[in-house]
Amino acid sequence: MTRTLVNVPKTARRGDVVEIRAMIAHPMETGYRNGPDGAAIPRRIIHRFTCTYGGEEVFAADFHPAVGANPYVAFSTVAIESSTLTFTWIEDGGAVHAATAEIAVD
Amino acid sequence: MPHRPISERRPMPSGVPSSLPRRGVLALGAASLLVLSRPRAALARPSLEAALAAFTGGAPVHDGRVRLDIPPLVENGNAVGVTVSVDSPMAASDHVTRIALFNEKNPQAEVAVFHLGPRAGQARVATRIRLATSQTVLAVAQMSDGTFWASRASVIVTLAACIEDLT
Amino acid sequence: MRPRPRLRWTEVVRARAVVLALALAAPAAAEPVPITPAERRSGITFAGPQTQGLQADDTANPGMLFVLDGAQLWQAPAGSAQRACADCHGAAEHSMRGVAARYPAFDAASGAALDLSGRINACRTRHQDAPQLASEEPGLLALAAFVGFQSRGLPLAPPQDPPMAAVRKEGRRLYETRMGQLRLSCAECHDALWANRLGSSPITQGQAGAYPIYRLEWQGLGSLQRRMRACMSGVRAEPFAPGAPEFIALEAYLAERGAGLPVETPGVRP
Ligand code: HEC
Ligand code: HEC
Repeated sequence: MTRTLVNVPKTARRGDVVEIRAMIAHPMETGYRNGPDGAAIPRRIIHRFTCTYGGEEVFAADFHPAVGANPYVAFSTVAIESSTLTFTWIEDGGAVHAATAEIAVD
Repeated sequence: MPHRPISERRPMPSGVPSSLPRRGVLALGAASLLVLSRPRAALARPSLEAALAAFTGGAPVHDGRVRLDIPPLVENGNAVGVTVSVDSPMAASDHVTRIALFNEKNPQAEVAVFHLGPRAGQARVATRIRLATSQTVLAVAQMSDGTFWASRASVIVTLAACIEDLT
Repeated sequence: MRPRPRLRWTEVVRARAVVLALALAAPAAAEPVPITPAERRSGITFAGPQTQGLQADDTANPGMLFVLDGAQLWQAPAGSAQRACADCHGAAEHSMRGVAARYPAFDAASGAALDLSGRINACRTRHQDAPQLASEEPGLLALAAFVGFQSRGLPLAPPQDPPMAAVRKEGRRLYETRMGQLRLSCAECHDALWANRLGSSPITQGQAGAYPIYRLEWQGLGSLQRRMRACMSGVRAEPFAPGAPEFIALEAYLAERGAGLPVETPGVRP
């Protein structure tokens, strides 16, 4: 089960700059720690985050192990139309987690 | 989460004081040996300058236009809030294309790269980062005209990130 | 991120040790006095602005991820009874409002006090035909965070019935008992030294209304018992077993000495 928490204003006026926040539950295992048996714990992080708005990418981020556990990012976009924002988080190994939010623009 | 109680296994849980020598210091001795025997991260780390050059392609980096908000003193290095804002109209003809964060002393110099454009409306991003120890953090913005601008800040970390092994 | 910080950490440990030694040497150890109701302060008031901001903002508080998880588990059929919490308790916003504020509470069926996690586990075994969840298991933490969240902002109101009075009395005895190689009681730090700092980090009153908490050091959610285990190992005492009656008794006394403080679940601590 993936847990994500995205925050997008439900409504906005056309042309408004709206703030968006997105967080996902993930340990962001750095690859620099040792397990109970002394062996290095392999790296497993979310290395890429994207946000599309009406199908077009408006924001993306590349993460390294120095991004904190349960990665959080806040950014902004201009409200241009009522549509869906889609958030994706890509994990090492290729697993993709997604969330969506609607915005109504007038 | 796989992070099962690790602090309980540590010689001295954070926040809980020790009364001098006891096990904590002995355990630290053992830990230093461990570091000597496993130097990969320490020796392999490319410098901040190298990471920065990889990002800029060697282009000059100017001071200014970038504002880096990060607390000067943090209680725990595991989740340090950072906000970067760049002085830019974010217009089609003149905007920020990328913002990168680097650190000076973690095992790896890169922290994150944010990709944005005119549809962002404003050049402002925030995230939470890990700092292994007190050090300098660097934010660099690339503009649509190809120039690079930067700002740096130093952070004192009272409790470092990821210091304990699970052993 | 391993190598460098070890040195730093030695320094921190040394600094702390010196301050503690001073603090402990000074008052020739007068018996600690319980904190008066007017003086009660949540641990969050001692935290830095960044940590306070994290707890205050539900869109940034990582503990909210676990509350959301708990909300899903609340709806999910479990055990061989294939019953969900919601099948019996309905909307948690109503049925669970105020519940966490009065735990630990006495459970007539088992004749013992249960904390909130114990109560949730009792529902699993009695009403869902499901096995107990182990302490610190993500599902149990998530459910406890979700149920606790329904009481956020309400004052801690420990029940006053006679069986609980006896449990609290035992809790207070444990709280005031010196333990471990350092021979320190909970009271000596949290009642007598709470205004002090150890090195750079404050000693708080050891109030318990924010649990389960998201602790930055854990990079995850943890229970009140996990926090107490850390305190016990800190004084070089063998921690009680998870769920042990001693822990429940301590939790009951912590609720009493924090009565009136608001529930903060999910709290954030450094
Ligand atoms: C040597 C001093 C010391 C002793 C003894 C000690 N603790 Fe703590 N305790 C700390 C420190 C330091 C922290 C972390 C900072 C803070 O919240 O005070 C802490 C944190 C806590 C917290 C969390 C407070 C919050 O706001 O999240 C609780 C609850 C607690 N202790 C209970 C206990 C109990 C119960 C005992 C006895 C079994 C105990 N402590 C013994 C030093 C101590
Ligand atoms: C089959 C019905 C049933 C299911 C399913 C069930 N419970 Fe309960 N629950 C009860 C009953 C009945 C009580 C009252 C005490 C008792 O008889 O055990 C109770 C009491 C409680 C209480 C204490 C309420 C108070 O006011 O003190 C909590 C908390 C609780 N349940 C949580 C849960 C959670 C969380 C789940 C899902 C994991 C759950 N319950 C599943 C029937 C159920």
